[in-house]
Amino acid sequence: MQPFRKHTGKVVPLDKVNVDTDQIIPKQFLKRIERTGFGEFLFYDWRFSGDGKNISDFVLHMPRYQNASILVAGKNFGCGSSREHAVWALMDFGFRVVIASSFADIFANNSLKNGLLTVRLGDEQIGEITRRAKEIDDYRLAIDLETLRVEDDRGFAATFTMDEFSRHCLLNGLDDIGLTLQHEAEIAAYEAQHPAGAEMRLIARIL
Amino acid sequence: MGETGHMLPRTLFEKLWDAHVVAAPEGQSALLYIDLHLVHEVTSPQAFDGLRANGRPVRQPLRTVATVDHNIPTTPRGLPITDPIAAKQIEALQKNCREFGVPLFDMDSAEQGIVHVIGPELGITLPGMTIVCGDSHTSTHGAFGSLAFGIGTSEVEHVLATQCLPQKKPKTMQIHVTGELAEGVTAKDLALGIIGRIGTDGATGFVIEYAGDPVRALSMEGRMTLCNMSIEAGARAGLIEPDETTFAYVSGRRFAPKGKDWEAAVGYWRTLAGDPGAQFDRVIEIDAAMLAPFVTWGTNPGMVVPVSARVPELNTFAQESDRRAAEQALAYMGLDPGTPIESIAVDRVFIGSCTNSRIEDLRAAARVAKGQHVNPKVRAMVVPGSQTIKREAEQEGLHRIFLDAGFEWRESGCSMCLGMNPDILQPGERCASTSNRNFEGRQGRGGRTHLVSPMMAAAAAIAGHFTDIRNWRFQ
Repeated sequence: MQPFRKHTGKVVPLDKVNVDTDQIIPKQFLKRIERTGFGEFLFYDWRFSGDGKNISDFVLHMPRYQNASILVAGKNFGCGSSREHAVWALMDFGFRVVIASSFADIFANNSLKNGLLTVRLGDEQIGEITRRAKEIDDYRLAIDLETLRVEDDRGFAATFTMDEFSRHCLLNGLDDIGLTLQHEAEIAAYEAQHPAGAEMRLIARIL
Repeated sequence: MGETGHMLPRTLFEKLWDAHVVAAPEGQSALLYIDLHLVHEVTSPQAFDGLRANGRPVRQPLRTVATVDHNIPTTPRGLPITDPIAAKQIEALQKNCREFGVPLFDMDSAEQGIVHVIGPELGITLPGMTIVCGDSHTSTHGAFGSLAFGIGTSEVEHVLATQCLPQKKPKTMQIHVTGELAEGVTAKDLALGIIGRIGTDGATGFVIEYAGDPVRALSMEGRMTLCNMSIEAGARAGLIEPDETTFAYVSGRRFAPKGKDWEAAVGYWRTLAGDPGAQFDRVIEIDAAMLAPFVTWGTNPGMVVPVSARVPELNTFAQESDRRAAEQALAYMGLDPGTPIESIAVDRVFIGSCTNSRIEDLRAAARVAKGQHVNPKVRAMVVPGSQTIKREAEQEGLHRIFLDAGFEWRESGCSMCLGMNPDILQPGERCASTSNRNFEGRQGRGGRTHLVSPMMAAAAAIAGHFTDIRNWRFQ
């Protein structure tokens, strides 16, 4: 996983609540068997018309937001389907941070596993960032995971929280499968007193 | 242990959690053991690739069960898959299952079906288990009193490699339902009513336990529908305490424990019910008498009203962001505020999905369709959740009722719930659907989805518009 310590980048405001993962990456792009190359399909139905032309007033097409790496949205970002393709698409497109007032659980987990930082701020702070990103050209935020601070160079500053273990994993880009495998003895001991049930043995025999 | 030496009273969730903690390292998330890992073609290929890249085996292939459901066609099984990318994804799963020794219910299996349908019907899903799947509707299995939740592909790889998942302990929420569900008001309506009340993020960070007489009175099919929709309220999982209804359903199923194993299992399952006095972080009371057959009007499952109501006026939304979201939803749905729901005409009807494709759902829809005809302006399809259900329905003659009424009778799969296969809406088409998500484009780009119960969907197919099932004249 890509470690995350600090990031400064351009902000693009989505200005929507309940952005579901079907919007982030529509289902027709889930048939690929790779982890890469999903960026071109990000927010596909909002970016492109039915005949594949740009929908020019969608924020990601606006010249002022080109090369943005921080996405700002309203509550419940990433709700719906568990598709990790949503995170792969955001990162492949160039996003390193999503700021929202809340995130769906599975999306937040998937982000953590890939090094996409999800920052929870209050609705008023989201409103302020959104306003600034709309009004100020090349509006940038600096996000520091070590100090848990978000700030611009115009006096906006906010702090966010994250559980200590998630923060530790992100800061160090830890392979958490490797971490779990360090508990091999405990897993083996658990399995010894919790053997696969009769149903599992039956499956083995029949299939 | 408390000071007196007695365990504190625990909820069902807390018992399931405690029974599966492998390790609780200081300063880290608890490591939870996963009893059953369900796998399908869409969210697994990258996970198997990860195993290969790191030279890791599947730790417990026999705690892993795979099927194909998301992108397969629902046309007759002998026909080739016309979408080459879909075909490649299915081949990848077949190859991965062979290479890693994972049991697969393949395309041609007599037990193939939607992963959340076949687990329970084959007796693979059992009370007391921890169950994960790279699919958000894994919450379905909570109907059995198993802790079941959806995960992403990185976590799929984690479980394949370690049979464990590091997990932050979620908060607990009890949804306590009182009263009685009226005739025509189903588990689907209970789910939609709850989501309408608490919102699509109302249970984010929580595991829901559903309780109360109307929940106890539900069949296993109804309980699965209710738990299935937990994720639409943002919940990590939804649970119902296992009871005699649960045991009667599981008993005798193909992979369910038999003989002495069965006796021992039921003995254990009986200990899972929450202790008297166990505390929840949040409790919500729902009066079943206040529920009705519901129809969604917008682009998330929380945008829902009773069939007898109207599309809401925009000034009824307190928050500016919600008002704007409603305005955008109505523009997408092609609806005006104040429109009576019963006046909305439909082009398509979909009866299926892991929410409502089980035998009881098909029986309910068939009861409505019997002796009737699908409105000539409507194309209606019925997609059984599994091959087993399809056979059972055909033995009961349900397919005859549907076909005679003008419904299509298809092969099993996820189908038009998410439209990964060729079953999709065309732009602007309006669909009464028994599935779980009415997101923009979910059933096809520009498609307009209204979530309803199976009876309400069948009635809409016949009437050509939404109609209150409580006034239906059954034949």
